[in-house]
Amino acid sequence: MSTHDPADRAHNPARRRALSCLTAWSGAAVVWTVVGGVPRALGATGAGTPAAAAKDALTFVQISDTHIGFRKDANPDVVGSLRRAIADIHALPRAPAFVVHTGDVSHLSKPEEFAQARDLLQEIHVDRVHTVPGEHDTIDDGVTGYLKYFDHDGNGKAWYSFDQGGVHFVGLNNVLNFKAGTLASLGEEQLAWLKSDLKNVSRSTPIVVLGHIPLWTVWEPWGWGTADSAQAMAMLRPFGSVTVLNGHIHQVLQKVEGNISLHTAMSLAYPLPTPGQAGIGEPGPVKVPAGELGKLLGTRQLSIVRGRQELALIDTPLER
Amino acid sequence: MDYVGSRRSTHLLRVSAAVALISGTALVMASIFATAAPPAPTVDIAKFAYTPKEITVAPGTKVVWANHDEAPHTVASRDKSFASKGLDTDDKFEHVFANEGDFTYYCTVHPFMTGVVHVRKQ
Repeated sequence: MSTHDPADRAHNPARRRALSCLTAWSGAAVVWTVVGGVPRALGATGAGTPAAAAKDALTFVQISDTHIGFRKDANPDVVGSLRRAIADIHALPRAPAFVVHTGDVSHLSKPEEFAQARDLLQEIHVDRVHTVPGEHDTIDDGVTGYLKYFDHDGNGKAWYSFDQGGVHFVGLNNVLNFKAGTLASLGEEQLAWLKSDLKNVSRSTPIVVLGHIPLWTVWEPWGWGTADSAQAMAMLRPFGSVTVLNGHIHQVLQKVEGNISLHTAMSLAYPLPTPGQAGIGEPGPVKVPAGELGKLLGTRQLSIVRGRQELALIDTPLER
Repeated sequence: MDYVGSRRSTHLLRVSAAVALISGTALVMASIFATAAPPAPTVDIAKFAYTPKEITVAPGTKVVWANHDEAPHTVASRDKSFASKGLDTDDKFEHVFANEGDFTYYCTVHPFMTGVVHVRKQ
């Protein structure tokens, strides 16, 4: 059942061009490694078998921006999208040790949305899903509602760290200090905590940092950055291998700064526009033609091999 | 006598016509003054912006914000004197500005969205 009404936004040729640009950003499944700070593709899926991670590699999955509670044209069934992602995770040849969720778990911070999200995440066959909050999780009363369902260690803070498989993981909350007209920030208390947390980590331990909003300035007019991230980066710079995993922008972008590589992720709810696109002035949900949505949502599998600086990342859309 | 009766009824007719005219006029004037009160100024939240971005109102005025975006937004004053709950599509928030001043506000979900209400005696 298709319409060819020229007034229909979905069939506007100019919009199709803009959207094919969007697909180029986030659609491909690519395996990357980072050696000496320079990303190197091991081989794209579909073009050949990607190099397998070694047997003792720690493997985990990143999902992001599930927006449970969202129910509009851009995706009338975000629960279905999350369940398709969970099926993909269960079909992985090597089961991940755990899953990380880089924020915007809910859409409106409502208790029933948090509850449904927690129940859905518990359907994943892993011991643990580690989450960090997004700004959609802190509407109305900050992290209080979010923490009732997702307090990592009972400390009443949305930041934490844990060690697994020889890797040090840090979860940060950069949706805490919103002020008028400025980027979000980590704040003094959290930065002080991060400094003391990293003090006991050896320089050769790989570090993975989770944070919702990108920890580099992707596009300031849309709030796509963290005001005091430079202080956090300075604390992370001495370490041999640092991988920062972010969400928020609903598309895959990467940046490498020396030993620190930063990667944003696809959403499991709806795509957002790329900044600077002609005719699109704001970061609102993008409606795409039926059948295209699954190509713009997806998951990421990460493998860390002990003793090697590089990580292997595979970004996989829900539909190829 | 017919002459006196008809004069009295004419007089009565004239009086009742005058009364009708006066009360009719009063009714019309009352409705004019009733519609003279302006509707509450409304700020539209659309395309991640407050429009109009700046408004000026008299003390005691109620201002209404209405969200037309698919994304949720809030209205939070910088001086913490007012703050809405999360506003989904078609939700509204209203606040009565009692005192003079300049009230900058922003969206706590998208803090690059800002607006200001100037309150001045008029």
